[in-house]
Amino acid sequence: MAEESGKIDPMHQFLVEPIFGRDWAIAGESIAFTNSAMWMGAALLVLWAFMLGGMKRELVPGRWQAAVEGFTGFVTSMMDQNVGPAGRKYVPYVFSLFMFILAANLLGMLPVALVGVHPFTVTSHLTVTGVLALLSFSLVLIIGFAKHGFHFFSLFVPHGVKGFMAVVLFPIELISFLMRPFSLALRLFVAMTAGHILMKVLAGFVINGLNAEALWVAPVVAIPSFILMIGITVLELLVCAIQAYVFALLTSLYLNDAINLH
Amino acid sequence: MEADAAKLLGAGLAAIGVGMAALGVGNVFGSFLESALRNPAAADSQQGRLFIGFAAAELLGLLAFVVAMILLFVA
Repeated sequence: MAEESGKIDPMHQFLVEPIFGRDWAIAGESIAFTNSAMWMGAALLVLWAFMLGGMKRELVPGRWQAAVEGFTGFVTSMMDQNVGPAGRKYVPYVFSLFMFILAANLLGMLPVALVGVHPFTVTSHLTVTGVLALLSFSLVLIIGFAKHGFHFFSLFVPHGVKGFMAVVLFPIELISFLMRPFSLALRLFVAMTAGHILMKVLAGFVINGLNAEALWVAPVVAIPSFILMIGITVLELLVCAIQAYVFALLTSLYLNDAINLH
Repeated sequence: MEADAAKLLGAGLAAIGVGMAALGVGNVFGSFLESALRNPAAADSQQGRLFIGFAAAELLGLLAFVVAMILLFVA
């Protein structure tokens, strides 16, 4: 269906292709090194370089160290606000989650197609965001049950609710708790997918408009679309940051539930 | 009606949900700004709640988008 809407296929960018190791397999399942894996590795490398450059612990921080401290301070204050002193232990996890999602989102926005590399947004795949969400969710479960045992189930009965209402509210709260990993994963995945499809559709307008036979199409369609696309690109950069922040924020809230119950 | 036509119509109708989410997100940020301008000192401490409200409102619009995508490419 996508081919009918123009020569530019907006879904092609989400294709996962093996780069090498096409024959590698475990029990019949391919474990080839794909472009998805490559961009995840790139995100890790970028993060590694960023953190190494800023962890020299100079007494008077330079620009780089100030940038790294800005990020760590941001996540630490978020955890302090939402979880309290007990949350300090989990700052490294939330920080890695935030930085990885941010780096993966931003790397997918890079115009590296100019040098012949196909950009790929790792977080635009439900499998990747799903695993990240499951990590957060299982961490919440593990912490909750390890800390409170079966008392953890009191999370599903809101404060001050007794008797019959507790019986009614328990399944509702339980379902809303079980929906958490899905909402976490879906939000990030759909936000990135939708943004990238929108950008590719607009890019299709620009390219098809410039190539159109009728001369009036280029100034009427292509140029306004191009200006709009610049704005949308800036908006997408904002969305990248907001989605990473929202993922980390919701993770910290869920951790708060597990650590402090109510 | 042909099945394909119905699919496309359904995907188009799902766009209404996305527009509704736009209203919701606008409402979240609008109300926040309104009250932040009344009491700027308290605004910074509410930023976390602002984004929780934003995330909740946005998710429902994104679900409408997922419905549209499923209709177009999967169903």
